[in-house]
Amino acid sequence: MVSFRDYFQEGPIPWTQSNLLGLQYLSGEEITLILDQAAEFKRLAAEGHSKLGLLKGTVVGNLFFEPSTRTRTSFGLAAKRLSADTVDFSPSGSSLSKGESFLDTARNIEAMGVSLMVVRHKTPGAQLFLSQRMNSPVLNAGDGTHEHPTQGLLDVMTMRERCGDLTGKTVALVGDIRHSRVARSNIWGLTKLGAKVIVCGPATLIPPQIEKLGVEVSHSLDDVIPRVDCINLLRIQFERQRGAFFPSIQEYAHLFGMNATRLKRARENVVILAPGPINRGVEITPHVADGKHSVILDQVSNGLAVRMAALYLLHRRQQELLSFPPEPQVSLI
Amino acid sequence: MASILINNGRVIDPANHRDEVASLLIIEGRIQTNPGNDVHADLVIDATDKMITPGLIDMRVSLREPGSEEDETIESGTAAALAGGFTTIACMPDTEPPMDNRAAAEFVILQADRARNCHVIPIGAVTKQCRGEELAEIGQLLEGGARAFSDAKQTIANSEVMRRALEYTGMMNRPIFHHAQVPELIADGLMHEGFYSTLLGLPPMPAAAETIMINRDITLAEITGGQLHLMGITTGLGVKQIRKARELGIRVTADVTPHHLYFKDEDLQTFHSKYKVNPPFRTAEDIQALIEGLQDGTIDVITSDHQPYAEEKITCELDQTPFGVVGLETLVPACITRLIETNLLSWLDLIAKLTINPARILGIDSGTLSDNAVADITILDPSRTQTIDPENFLSKGRRTPFANMELKGGVEHVIVGGELRYSAASLVTGMN
Repeated sequence: MVSFRDYFQEGPIPWTQSNLLGLQYLSGEEITLILDQAAEFKRLAAEGHSKLGLLKGTVVGNLFFEPSTRTRTSFGLAAKRLSADTVDFSPSGSSLSKGESFLDTARNIEAMGVSLMVVRHKTPGAQLFLSQRMNSPVLNAGDGTHEHPTQGLLDVMTMRERCGDLTGKTVALVGDIRHSRVARSNIWGLTKLGAKVIVCGPATLIPPQIEKLGVEVSHSLDDVIPRVDCINLLRIQFERQRGAFFPSIQEYAHLFGMNATRLKRARENVVILAPGPINRGVEITPHVADGKHSVILDQVSNGLAVRMAALYLLHRRQQELLSFPPEPQVSLI
Repeated sequence: MASILINNGRVIDPANHRDEVASLLIIEGRIQTNPGNDVHADLVIDATDKMITPGLIDMRVSLREPGSEEDETIESGTAAALAGGFTTIACMPDTEPPMDNRAAAEFVILQADRARNCHVIPIGAVTKQCRGEELAEIGQLLEGGARAFSDAKQTIANSEVMRRALEYTGMMNRPIFHHAQVPELIADGLMHEGFYSTLLGLPPMPAAAETIMINRDITLAEITGGQLHLMGITTGLGVKQIRKARELGIRVTADVTPHHLYFKDEDLQTFHSKYKVNPPFRTAEDIQALIEGLQDGTIDVITSDHQPYAEEKITCELDQTPFGVVGLETLVPACITRLIETNLLSWLDLIAKLTINPARILGIDSGTLSDNAVADITILDPSRTQTIDPENFLSKGRRTPFANMELKGGVEHVIVGGELRYSAASLVTGMN
């Protein structure tokens, strides 16, 4: 058996990104590299190597300026699986409520020895802003309605596991495209790997000129279902909507909800994804969510592997850039 | 008062259709257009290869005093104005508290007198607290020195209030400067609505927010006979609407900023707040339409829309930082580079939009180099090249999309009321 130590201590890797801010900024090769790395971590875990020493001595900061449960837990666990120490920060009870700026907060945490920042923020571009002003690598865990690259990667990884090479495959993204960072990261990830993407939802939730991203726009889920290999059902972002984008939840579920009747129109081996947290009975009925086409729980476990891969690649790149100085001589007093 | 002779410059005086090499003499604070030969003056300025223009007027500046002196004061803002070539600026009422009463307008004039930089013309609030609900004491603001009325970046959304405001200010033959944006269409918005707002996930500000409001305003100007000035037009359709209204004889004027002639929505791909302005940067087609509007006179004036903010207000997340960039110290080179070097506008046309046109809209006796006029004069060097470094600004605000850009043209000297108040380089050849 090949030791994972041998595997990971081979020479330089073709990963040159200092930050992971979005899938827009990655090539198809870089996306594939992360996915392969994640698959490797997943394989190792299945073989019993659930704890690796790759980030030993590193402190990963989880800076969640916007509430999150699953993504933060997933990142925290991913860091621990790599033997990193973690520091959690969330705005409630922090100095942000005392008026400290976002940047000062991050710089203070960096000064405490945190060397890799996982950041979620409600403002698009906030992580880019931080990355330009700090030394640590910044990993975007969701910036407003812009991107959520690790979610995009885990969705793509899950589809790749079920469908193999995604070139020529067709994927539908259904629901609130306008307010969804997951949709944007999915579009970049999928199109860069050669898949065809259809975005489907009410006209009010499809942002203008999105077809320029190379996607097809549809307002009829019934038309789309028979044509696709995978369906990713995006959550309705009640918290981001400032107006009436659709008349009622019932009407949304009627027109765009995934239920048993609609599923009958789908291909035999269609894959149903939902990034969660899901609104049962709105985007997806319990029957479908818990049925044989659903890969919702695979997504969660792949999320862990993808986040381990992202943390590991960013950490290795940082070490390459720092080209670590020799161990300091510590004199005993 | 010292006499000044400005020798051998290219005199650009749009009000008198004058564009020729000549000299000007200033005696007792007034201009003599035909000084003759062998004149004695206390100070001689050699203006060879320079442009001698009426003192420039920027009719849309926010000075932040009183209330936000960390952003700008009347002293720092007027110093920046002088360095930018302006002898007169009009300042917005969006201070804290807002300039909605006579004492507030008189305070601005008093502070400007103390600063002794350039002339400052207060723009009074249209409504109390700039809230768009009840009319401010417009008549008393006028007596306090206000020459135009505006709620600054607050749109007067209530059509009834806007109608009465146009009637009331029309009675005094004074303009309303309006920020034409339908508020509910741009709620939470950060950038132009289009492909790039979709790409970046930034809340959109559709062009329709501007064009719908321009339409309403023009209709109200027509039925009231009031004098409407539309601030910072950005849309191609808006330019067409204004052109058509003017053909119908409706009293409407408009301005643009230099930055809206350079930058587009796509620049926000960097998420840099120097591209966050209200109204937002739009598209190449809109810029083309704005330039055509400048060329055919539909757009009368170029303004800086100077919006200074302290450092701590600009180093934060894109939705936390306020809209706006500074512009007093970049307007001249930006206009020369964008409009003169490209032959899109003549010198006479450009200078008209910075002198006599704003003077007429504000109803002030300024903006010319006529014989015996008050000697407000700007001398420009059209060939100097400079790289914009915000650290050199006299304004307290440092955020500008022109940072690090190389621009052509600069300000050499500024004379206010016959007094040399600003010199960029030592071109002074003699002091007798």
